[in-house]
Amino acid sequence: MSMKATLRQVDGITVVDMSGRITLGEGCTQLRELVRDQLGKGSKHLLLNLADVTYIDSSGIGELVSGFTTVSNQGGKLKLLNLTKKVHDLLQITKLYTVFDVYDDEAKAVGSFGKAET
Amino acid sequence: MNTEASVVELVLESDLKNVEVAEEVARRVSGTAGFDEEDQHRIDMAVHETLINAIWHGNKNDPSKSVWLRFEIFRDRLEIRVRDQGSGYDPKGVPDPLKDENLLNSSGRGIFLIRTFMDEYRVESQAGKGTEVILVKRLNPNHSSDQ
Ligand SMILES: Nc1ncnc2c1ncn2[C@@H]1O[C@H](COP(=O)(O)OP(=O)(O)OP(=O)(O)O)[C@@H](O)[C@H]1O
Ligand SMILES: [Mg+2]
Repeated sequence: MSMKATLRQVDGITVVDMSGRITLGEGCTQLRELVRDQLGKGSKHLLLNLADVTYIDSSGIGELVSGFTTVSNQGGKLKLLNLTKKVHDLLQITKLYTVFDVYDDEAKAVGSFGKAET
Repeated sequence: MNTEASVVELVLESDLKNVEVAEEVARRVSGTAGFDEEDQHRIDMAVHETLINAIWHGNKNDPSKSVWLRFEIFRDRLEIRVRDQGSGYDPKGVPDPLKDENLLNSSGRGIFLIRTFMDEYRVESQAGKGTEVILVKRLNPNHSSDQ
């Protein structure tokens, strides 16, 4: 079982519905390539929906952080949506919860990109 | 309570695809030992992180090297040993991932998570003998089990 990512465009924001495992190997590689591809296409507003992520490890957390800094360095934003309790707890323990912009309402999350930009 | 053996041993080839097998065993063994779902997940994650470190940092992904895992259930605790064929390391030299200057690092959280999820984390390294990591999770003293 590995990771699956489906992309949607909502009001100019790329929403990525992720499911499965974001762990060392395939899951992390896929996430890294996805972020790179989106930036390459000029999509700098990414909202990662983690609702169906079943497992994330230290490498997966690292990959989220890399994605966050890479996107930020290019003037974009990477935000998180719908954390499961497990992922929420991991981000809390690693003190990353306040680093990321986290939402549990997609419309609010999508709306937040525009506001912060102006 | 049951007659299942209290020791489970596994030898795995250094391949990431074996990690999920070890996770499954870790969950089963910790369930048998009497840990609840949440602790089973913590133990699963600790084994996952330890095993990945053994494969990645210890054995350098060399498929001719293996990782040895041993689970032992005691009356008051679960003890897990993970041994690789690498050259060892000193966990004291590992930087704290919670420090401001390390917060945005893309790696360096594995051992921190293991320490958070387990009650004990010890490393025994000997030149030429690889690294043995010992993880201990204590059972709640009033958990229900017939000795
Ligand atoms: N079995 C091992 N053999 C040799 N060195 C190890 C071993 N386990 C850990 N290390 C060393 O300890 C360091 C910290 O490990 P830790 O798991 O915390 O972070 P990491 O593996 O570098 O990144 P990640 O956040 O992806 O786990 C590693 O970078 C490595 O240098
Ligand atoms: Mg690690």
